[in-house]
Amino acid sequence: MAEIIQEEKSKGGKKKAKKHPPHIDMTPMVDLMCLLITFFMLTTAFAKAKVMDIVLPEKIDTPDEQRSMVAESRNVNIILGPDDRIFWYPGAVKPEEYNNNIFPPLVELDYSATGVRQLLLDKNATLAKNIKEFQNKVLKGELILTQDSVAGSIKKLKADDDTGPFVQIKAYKESTYGNFVDILDEMNICGIGRYMFVDITWYEEKMVEIATGKAVVASAN
Amino acid sequence: MPKIKLPTKSPRIDMTPMVDTFAVILTFLMLTATMRQDEPANVETPFSISEKPTPDFNTMTFLISPEGKVFMNMDNGHDTLLKFRPRILDEMGKRYGLEFTDKERREFEKFPSSMGVPIMQMKQFLAGKNSKERDPFQLGIPTDSLDNQLAMWILCARQVNPNIQASIKGDSKTPFPAVKEVLDNLQDKKINRFMLVTSLEAAEINLDEIKQ
Repeated sequence: MAEIIQEEKSKGGKKKAKKHPPHIDMTPMVDLMCLLITFFMLTTAFAKAKVMDIVLPEKIDTPDEQRSMVAESRNVNIILGPDDRIFWYPGAVKPEEYNNNIFPPLVELDYSATGVRQLLLDKNATLAKNIKEFQNKVLKGELILTQDSVAGSIKKLKADDDTGPFVQIKAYKESTYGNFVDILDEMNICGIGRYMFVDITWYEEKMVEIATGKAVVASAN
Repeated sequence: MPKIKLPTKSPRIDMTPMVDTFAVILTFLMLTATMRQDEPANVETPFSISEKPTPDFNTMTFLISPEGKVFMNMDNGHDTLLKFRPRILDEMGKRYGLEFTDKERREFEKFPSSMGVPIMQMKQFLAGKNSKERDPFQLGIPTDSLDNQLAMWILCARQVNPNIQASIKGDSKTPFPAVKEVLDNLQDKKINRFMLVTSLEAAEINLDEIKQ
């Protein structure tokens, strides 16, 4: 711009037929466009949100006897508590226990890599190892597969596994949606093959209340 | 041998083609850019490692605000060529005894973001000219058992478009019972597969972290 103005001044207002077409310095324009392009490229690439698939168990009222039973030792109950707290207990509470006000204590975890992830990885060691080794093979190029068959193979590894935990996720009424997504994400990170989201039972709510100090332990008599 | 004379003038590079190319790229990027829609509720989605992108079509998104209000959006913005949105509105109108004019249907079709208007106020809402006039009607879709309009919306959306998939977009601070209510409504309609809208986050586990 400055250049053009100077050139015009030096001509002193005389009207003369121009010999050459005037040169416009386009550098600032190019600079500006470069900036705009960079801006748009960076913003558009990250604008798209991601989605996480989740399948919930169908609501069918099956009688208890017909339900497939899993070994109690493989059962892991994760309870999303209030104030971003998270608890777990193994196995299951038997009717004769909760009817007599005996509740197994909950163990508190946290959402960090050393909390719930460590627990799940320990429980799921064989499967997690198999999945990781498989992924490493793909990354190193020892196995050449399409993206679809990689996902399919991992799914098969998960389905064939019979050592990993059977995780039941339960949400206490004061938990948040963020907790829910976090725990489902942990399932994906740890490669848990079998997990489901189930409604919390009254005795589990009671257990959370005892663990958070909201309810006093009723003396069993 | 004649000497080759080098021009003493400083060389000028003609930048016009470069500018042209840039202009084309810029126009392309500006046109394809997905502008962030003004949502009725401010929602910060939680993070996950999922890398699957949000689908553009055949989707209904339920936006759940931190206060537990529910909003709904079909195909995430402007309508597709199949014109699902006015048909869904018509279906809703039939069930609540409302007749929508062409103008109202067009307004509904054009509405870019999620809406959470009780159906009885839909006409006033669609008559509003700008967001200032419309926002007071965005109260959230009623979900209580006496007047479960959310269930109706889901039913109508699935009737009009059988391929529709449900995705849920909630704030990390949304209380879980509010989400559960939407999930229950969807499950009552035999939808058991959902997509949860999240932001991408990296998490990696190593072999040596796994104790044997």
